[in-house]
Amino acid sequence: MTTSTWRQDWLGNIRNDVLSGMVVAMALIPEAIAFSIIAGVDPQVGLYAAFCIAVTIAFTGGRVGMISAATGSTALVMVTLVRDHGLQYLLLTTLLTGVLQFVFGYLKVANLMRFVSRSVVTGFVNALAILIFLAQMPQVIGQSWVVYALVVAGLAIIYGFPHLTKVVPSPLVSIIVLTVLCVWVGVDVPTVADMGKLPDSLPIFMWPDVPLNLDTLRIVLPYAVTIAAVGLLETMMTATIVDDFTDTPSDKHRECMGQGVANFVSGLFGGMAGCAMIGQSVINVKSGGRGRLSTLVAGIFLLILVVFAKPLLAMIPMASLVAVMVMVSIGTFNWASFRNLREYPRSSSIVMIATVVVVVATSNLATGVLVGVLLSALFFARKVGQVLHVASELNAEERVREYRVTGQVFFASANAFTHSFDFSEALDVVRIDVSRAHFWDLTAIGALDKVVLKFRREGARVDVHGLNEASATLVDKLGVHDKSDAVERLMSH
Amino acid sequence: MTTLFACIDDSRYTHSVLDHAAWAALRLGIGVELLHVLERHPERASLTDFSGSIGMGASGALLTELAALDEQRAKLAMEQGRRLLDAACAHLAGKGIESVHTRLRHGELVDILEAECADRALTVIGKRGVAADFAKLHLGSNLERVLRTSGQPVLVASRAYRAIKRLLVAFDGSESSRKLVDMVAHSPLAAGLECHVIMAGSADAAHMGWAEERLRESHAACQVKVIPGDAADVIPAYAETHGMNLLAMGAYGHSKMRELFLGSTTTTLIRRCLLPVLVVR
Repeated sequence: MTTSTWRQDWLGNIRNDVLSGMVVAMALIPEAIAFSIIAGVDPQVGLYAAFCIAVTIAFTGGRVGMISAATGSTALVMVTLVRDHGLQYLLLTTLLTGVLQFVFGYLKVANLMRFVSRSVVTGFVNALAILIFLAQMPQVIGQSWVVYALVVAGLAIIYGFPHLTKVVPSPLVSIIVLTVLCVWVGVDVPTVADMGKLPDSLPIFMWPDVPLNLDTLRIVLPYAVTIAAVGLLETMMTATIVDDFTDTPSDKHRECMGQGVANFVSGLFGGMAGCAMIGQSVINVKSGGRGRLSTLVAGIFLLILVVFAKPLLAMIPMASLVAVMVMVSIGTFNWASFRNLREYPRSSSIVMIATVVVVVATSNLATGVLVGVLLSALFFARKVGQVLHVASELNAEERVREYRVTGQVFFASANAFTHSFDFSEALDVVRIDVSRAHFWDLTAIGALDKVVLKFRREGARVDVHGLNEASATLVDKLGVHDKSDAVERLMSH
Repeated sequence: MTTLFACIDDSRYTHSVLDHAAWAALRLGIGVELLHVLERHPERASLTDFSGSIGMGASGALLTELAALDEQRAKLAMEQGRRLLDAACAHLAGKGIESVHTRLRHGELVDILEAECADRALTVIGKRGVAADFAKLHLGSNLERVLRTSGQPVLVASRAYRAIKRLLVAFDGSESSRKLVDMVAHSPLAAGLECHVIMAGSADAAHMGWAEERLRESHAACQVKVIPGDAADVIPAYAETHGMNLLAMGAYGHSKMRELFLGSTTTTLIRRCLLPVLVVR
């Protein structure tokens, strides 16, 4: 079985995997260069990272056919680290990120993804697209009108050329046409060569040149944790998208560990940390890439292009790479979410927008997701807290009132629970029937105690019915999976 | 154990599988369960667009397109599968098999057989499926996996059914081949067949005597012979010169490691003998 799976993953789709890998490499180069510049390092660092990550993840990844390389989301978190401490600290951070991700994978943190709601995912994807778009702005703002014209021309070719033929990747055509045009006309616009050192050899093994002590760890660890979190978040979301596209399962835990190994390798060979890329993975699946081979070819082809065509690469005007990245951001953005703002419940729209706003404000996808998750949890608690009803019936002759509580009592609804009793009524006996309610936490029990106490102070005798059943939900582990009728019993009383 | 499994697909072996299944079902006095598996190949791309550009709503559009392609293909495959099963049912009814059930499943043949073959007396499968090429004598991709996972005997159908009169038993004295001889002695499948027990290599009187004694009651005309040489050469040659109709053998006695380097005798025999083969684990 294992050999046949191996063969399927690697050799099931050779021709299309090779071709789509080459198409994807076209979209990896602009992102690697653009975000190296954003992170404040030479393009070489991003390009080596893209190569190392793509090649390693082809073997270690758990989501076959997904594309990982140097990404914007992780690069944006590194900016201050590079500015304050330099490249060597970045390399050490990359190594530590790899170790952390491997440990996270081993601890199966991917299971926590179930707490990330759909609205948060949409917010994440939109924020990512906006960040990719904004990251291109330094390349065009303040430049001559020629740069704007080149970006527009580039986009026109990228979206227009597929109408002529779909055999050649249009981003490649766009880059070539604009480069030839610029060299031929001789306009002076910023080129890749102006952005810093480009690779001229295969990456070489090197250990970061930093003192290994507690001070270093104190600098590096917070960045490594953030990068690891951001990287795994984008990876898990991309993996889910690829799962849906190909209708095949993936091993999320293996993917987390694989990302860790890939980043560790990247750090050893002078690259920065990266993760899976939504836009490029969509391009890969669209181009027919399905197997591990597509990821491997993307990485190798990228390095071949970069190392052997270095003089040509240096001539490429930045504007043409900006056009490719604008395309990636347009393709990544979830445009339907504009329409959905009106149709979806307001709480989910707020979660989505909050995620986007926080990410764009902090340039940190992890913070945005954290805010989004917390907000969705609050909204959920508020919603479920409304599932509570207290009915009552008075027996005037005996001066007895019976309260019947139905629904969910927990921290979010405890207040409403307390307020549904009328303590000013003069009664001899109060009966509270909670057998059709669920007491989820200590706040709920506390609220009930308070109600009982208040009635007693008014001189009434209080009988509480069905508290045992109601508080069965109090324990942390409900253990309803192993008994088929357990849910039924829990919910029906 | 009231039925046998007959695994069919669109290949040219299907007719022969049905005929062999009918032969076995009539001898065993049991019904036939026809199984056709619709395999999917998610590792192969159904759509290729090398334009490399993604526009607004790219991922939603791509998902819709891929799902629509899969849907179309699945519907077609199901319709084709049902037609195949219906035709096979009619064929078996013509052979006088009364109890025929059909099963159409999604997934992998091996997984389904592994889960369910314990309740079946026998599995009948062709040497090659639709994807395999007879000219190169390669066996079907599923066959070896089926033989390795099946706990029950498997009848591997050759390209065309010929009346089965002479049974060749490949014997080497091993545990599985002794079990095979026991089965030949008692099973209605082998009853009344002219039986030749062949041992390749050097003579071992103890083994030969044991086999002869076992088969004496059920197969009076049984011949037990030792032919020097390698089983992979001796048995196909004997089958051809003596006009044998069915080969019975034990399966995969050696370790996986040994097979990796030397190849498996079982697989070689199935490939080289142009006969139906009854494989017993």
